[in-house]
Parts: sequence; structure tokens; C-alpha cells
Amino acid sequence: MNDQVTLMKGNEALAMAAIRYGADGYFGYPITPQSEVLEKLEEEMPWETTGMVVLQAESEVAAINMVYAGASCGKAVFTSTSSPGFSLMQEGMSYMCASEVPALVINVMRGGPGLGTIHPSQADYFQACKGGGHGDYHPIVLAPASVQEMADFVALGWDLAFKYRCVSLILADGLVGQMMEKVVLPEQRPRRTEEQIREQCPWAVMGRKDMRPKNIITSLELDDDKMEANNHRFQATYREIEKNEVRYELVDTDDCDYLMVAFGSMARIAMKTMEMAREEGIKVGLVRPITLWPFPSQIIAEVAQHVKGILVPELAAGQMIEDVKLAVECKLPVAHFDRLGGNVPTPDEMLKALKEKLINA
Amino acid sequence: MAKIRGAVTVNSERCKGCNLCVVACPCDVLDLMKKEVNNRGYHFAYMAAPEKCIGCQSCALVCPDACIEVYRVVEK
Amino acid sequence: MENNDIIKIENRVYKKPSLLNDSHMHYCPGCSHGVVHKLVAEVIEELGLQEKAIGVSPVGCAVFAYNYIDIDWLEAAHGRATAMATAAKRLMPDKLVFTYQGDGDFAAIGTCESIHSCNRGESIAIIFINNAIYGMTGGQMAPTTLLGQKTATCPYGRRADLNGYPLSITPLLAQLDGTRYVTRQSVHTPANVRKTKAAIKKAFQNSMEGKGTSVVEVVSTCNTGWKLSPEKANQWMVDNMFAKYPLGDLKNVDAEKKD
Repeated sequence: MNDQVTLMKGNEALAMAAIRYGADGYFGYPITPQSEVLEKLEEEMPWETTGMVVLQAESEVAAINMVYAGASCGKAVFTSTSSPGFSLMQEGMSYMCASEVPALVINVMRGGPGLGTIHPSQADYFQACKGGGHGDYHPIVLAPASVQEMADFVALGWDLAFKYRCVSLILADGLVGQMMEKVVLPEQRPRRTEEQIREQCPWAVMGRKDMRPKNIITSLELDDDKMEANNHRFQATYREIEKNEVRYELVDTDDCDYLMVAFGSMARIAMKTMEMAREEGIKVGLVRPITLWPFPSQIIAEVAQHVKGILVPELAAGQMIEDVKLAVECKLPVAHFDRLGGNVPTPDEMLKALKEKLINA
Repeated sequence: MAKIRGAVTVNSERCKGCNLCVVACPCDVLDLMKKEVNNRGYHFAYMAAPEKCIGCQSCALVCPDACIEVYRVVEK
Repeated sequence: MENNDIIKIENRVYKKPSLLNDSHMHYCPGCSHGVVHKLVAEVIEELGLQEKAIGVSPVGCAVFAYNYIDIDWLEAAHGRATAMATAAKRLMPDKLVFTYQGDGDFAAIGTCESIHSCNRGESIAIIFINNAIYGMTGGQMAPTTLLGQKTATCPYGRRADLNGYPLSITPLLAQLDGTRYVTRQSVHTPANVRKTKAAIKKAFQNSMEGKGTSVVEVVSTCNTGWKLSPEKANQWMVDNMFAKYPLGDLKNVDAEKKD
């Protein structure tokens, strides 16, 4: 068993976990606050050990299309970026989903819109969960709240991507990316051989070995009926993912009078807020969505049955709250609390908001 | 003296009647059908003067649709 | 000797390469794309790379190249073919990886990827079809459209003050340290077809040998877009295109070494 505890940044944990997973390639472009992913990979030189390819591309546009190609070849490839860069990658996200290729994409969010700030934000929730590019598609969106989860979700993201032939997106924020915590990295796995990839991914573009029928990865289908059938197939996959892959964490929800729904670093602050509230005799619980898509609507609806109101703290001006309201069908008060532009609230601020917006409202 | 004789076959259904083979032929062997068309409505190429063909492949080389096969023999 | 005596398998000296399948190509009659497709298929067969070839098709008229040549294909987003080829080749260095792109894809929307892939010296082959117009979308101005040339989006002829100058990108690529072989060819005569085939062969061999980037520009016609017959389009190309885009090798590191 590998249980060696090390201290590292969330971004570095992403890089190390990818090498340990047996990743075939990383293609990325530096942008704050996630540049440590590429920096760590270059420092580790995995091409000397596992044979993993690491390339600093000329842009996020190039990087995502390199990932598109690698994924089309059945390889375990990934990229990481931050919000402005993720905007540039939306076209590639759409193409990869349309081509049903398994890729891992990481967005360590910073405050926007525009160039915005370099500090933490969660304002890319819509872009991540509602389809930031064109057409009907969904990536699976994983929201880590600790450095350990940054490491763990790399493997989870790839496993899900290969299982469903879809794109997995790790939606972290600058706080989780930059903070240092204890982490236990997974054991080193060998990279898959070409034969193993051909077996696992018979659709992969790797050359027509033994003159098997040719493989084509394309997102183009000009026959409307065939394209509609493609869309129905994508949607069937998404329904399957919704059925099987909803993930969340419940904290103190059994006896709570009020509920908070928060993800990522805001969930961490919410947990401290809940402690302080309990000391004052206010019983608050937390649903922490781990998958933002598929969204844990059902559990939120269940917990909501015995609470008086819900607070949704976000580093965004009201994005996830829409999904919370849909989950509870607006049957009870759902209040919003945010800090924007790269600012992060203190637990005191959050507790004050909880009282003002919900308890004393 | 040995004499080179050639012949071509044209996949008339694949041919789009672009006329580039007719232009490329150094011996004026080929022409497009004047009235007859293929299933797509193209006046396809054919050997109008087969006796002149030397099997030089010029027509086949410039054919964008790879419709032409070339045969060649050396008559002793 | 009758025709039937000549037309026998043992006398056959030219046939459609088997990798070019029987699908009816969607290209207009006389389009240069067909010839270049045929050459790509022939070269892959002659080099015995049927099981190792990976093509990257563009957005543009050649978007459906994957329907015609029976190898594995990736279909890129507009302009991103060389980025895709970069990753495919780096992840599978033993494969032949080539892109097939038009002037809009390679020299307008994809210029950034084109230049950086060449500059990094990716061991990919780039086949660049320059017909000075956007064919698939209906004849709009391309980066390579000549001054004075009429298109749907410069209907009175390209003007430098309004539309900028035509982009001759290949000489620019020849200056980059990463390129091994940069050449400009055409397919309007049998002799030129042979030269282009030799160029594609060299480019593919360079990819297999990991020698850096090879660029084969094929100055081509778009007779539909130019509103000319295929024959007249060839003549127009000779009369107008070759002055701006002269044929020949722009860089051949291997030949320079021999000298």
C-alpha cells in the first residue's frame, strides 16, 4: 500500500496524479492560477520514466485540439487551464463531446468576466455545466474541495470518460489549486500498451492494423436524420450518467433546520460556518455536490423536506442556485450569498448572511 | 522496330466529363461523348481514336477521379 | 492488334490505387483535390504504410477526404489540423501522420497552429491545397486570393487597401528551423503530377523517419469558384497564380546537406 503523505499544492497534485494514473499526454498553455500543473509536469520529466508526452502548446485553442486528437487515438490525455483559457477551449469541448472521445479537462477558475482577476471564483459554473460551447452536450463535471480530491478526481475523471466515451471536467477554483495540503498519491500504474488501447477502444484512430476497417473520428454528419440519431445517442449516454454517476457529500443533514448547498472551496468555508452556527444553537446542514453535472437534485429535494430554508453560497453571482431552485421546485426559500471578483468570504460573513437572508428574513 | 501500343478504359460512371484527360492526351486519342451521358448526367470520356494510343498515362495522371486505367504492350 | 488484346491485366500500367475507394467523390468536375487524393493513396500504398497512416482532414472542400481514402482519419475543427497531427504523432511516433488542408484552413484561421507546428518541427507532413478561394462555402476570398481576383466577398476584385495582400505562407515556413522540406507544386500537367507525387512521397518518408515538418503546397484550381472550365482554370492558374506562387522546392535540408 502506498500511503505516503506529502504536502503539495492542488495544481501539483493534479500533475502527479496524472503521471501516476499512467497518462499518455498533457497539452496545455500557461495561465494563472493553474500554471503549476505544466510546471510540475516539466519538472518531473515523465517522458523519461513512463513515456508520457508533455507539450506546452501555442495557445489554449491548440492545446484543446491536441487533446481532441489524443483522445481520438484512445490515449489518456488531458489539459488544464483557467477561466479565460477555458472560454477558448469551448469549441474543442463541443467537438470532443460530439465525437464521443474520452478526455480529461481541468479548469481552475479565476474571477471574470474578461481577463478579470487571478483569484478564486466559481463563475464558470454555467459554462461548465450548461454547455459552454455550441450544441446539446454535457461533460461530467467534478468539483474538488481539497488537494486530496484534486488528486483523486484525475483517476475518477479518466475512468468515467473511458467508461462513457465522454469528457470529464474537473472544475476547481483558484483556492483549491493554490493551497497546500496533505495528499496521498495513488500507486504508479503503467501506461496502457497499444494492444491494450486497441482492445479497450476499438474505435480509436491508431492506423488500420491488420487492415481492420478504417476508423474515423469526426463530429460532422450532414444527413439530418443521422445527426438526430447521433444526438439521441449522446442524450441516452447523458441519461445513463445521470442515473449512475451523481456524487455528493452530506454533512450534518440529519437534524438540520437550515441547509447550505455549496461546492469546492465554498463548501469548506460553509463547513466552518456550520460549526460556528451550531455553537449558537443553529442547526445547519450541507449538501456538497461533487458532481455538478449530473447535479444531485434528488438528495437536495429529500433533505429540503425537513428544512426551513436553503442558502447557496457561491463565488458567483447566482449560478448553481438555479439548479438548487429547480431541485426543490421553489417550495421553500432559497437564498443566495456571494463574493465576486476573486474575493473569498470569511465564515463570519457567511454566518451573517445565513442569519440575515434566511433565519431573520 | 518495336512499336508501342496502348489502350485505356474509362470508368464511365465515375467520370465527371471534366475534359482534362482529353487536353492532356498528346495523341488526340480521347474525347467526351457528344450525346451519351452517365447516370449523373456527365458526358464521359472515351477512346475516340484508339489506334493512336501509346499508353503514356498522361490522361490517367491528370484525371481527378481516377477513372482511367492504362494498358500498354510493345509490338515486336 | 485490337484493343481487346491490349486491355489485359498483364499489360496494365496504371490503375486507381486500391486505398482510394469506389465512393463517388463530391468534388466538382476537374477539381485538383481528386488528383492529390489519388497521389496520397498511391504514395501510402507504395510505401506500404496502409496500417500506419493517420490523416487529418480539414474544414473546407476536403472535409470528406476520410470518405475516399481508406486509412484511419481524424476530422479537425477549422484550422486545427496541425495541432491534432502534432498530438497524434507525438503520442504515436511510429505512425505516418499528415494533414490535408486548404488555404482558408491552413493560412487563415489556422495560421497560428500552422506556423507553430512547423516551428516546433513536428514530424508531420502537411499537404496544403492553395486554390486562392474558399470553395466549399461558395467562392469567398481566401488569404491567398490574388490582387484583382474576383470572389463573392471581393466582387470587384481584391484590393490591397480594402482586403490586404495575398499571403504567400510557404516561404515563411521555409525560414523556420523546424521545417525539413518545403516545396510548392501543381497538378495541372502529367509532369507536374509526377513531381507532386515525388514531393508527397518525400514528405511522408520524412514523417516516418522523424525528420521534422514537411510542407507540400499544391497550387491548385477551383474552376467552379473561378467560374471557368477546368481547362481554362488550368491556364488561368499558369497565367496568374504562378507569378505570386512560383513552383519549386523552397527548402530541402537533405539536398542541401548533399551539396
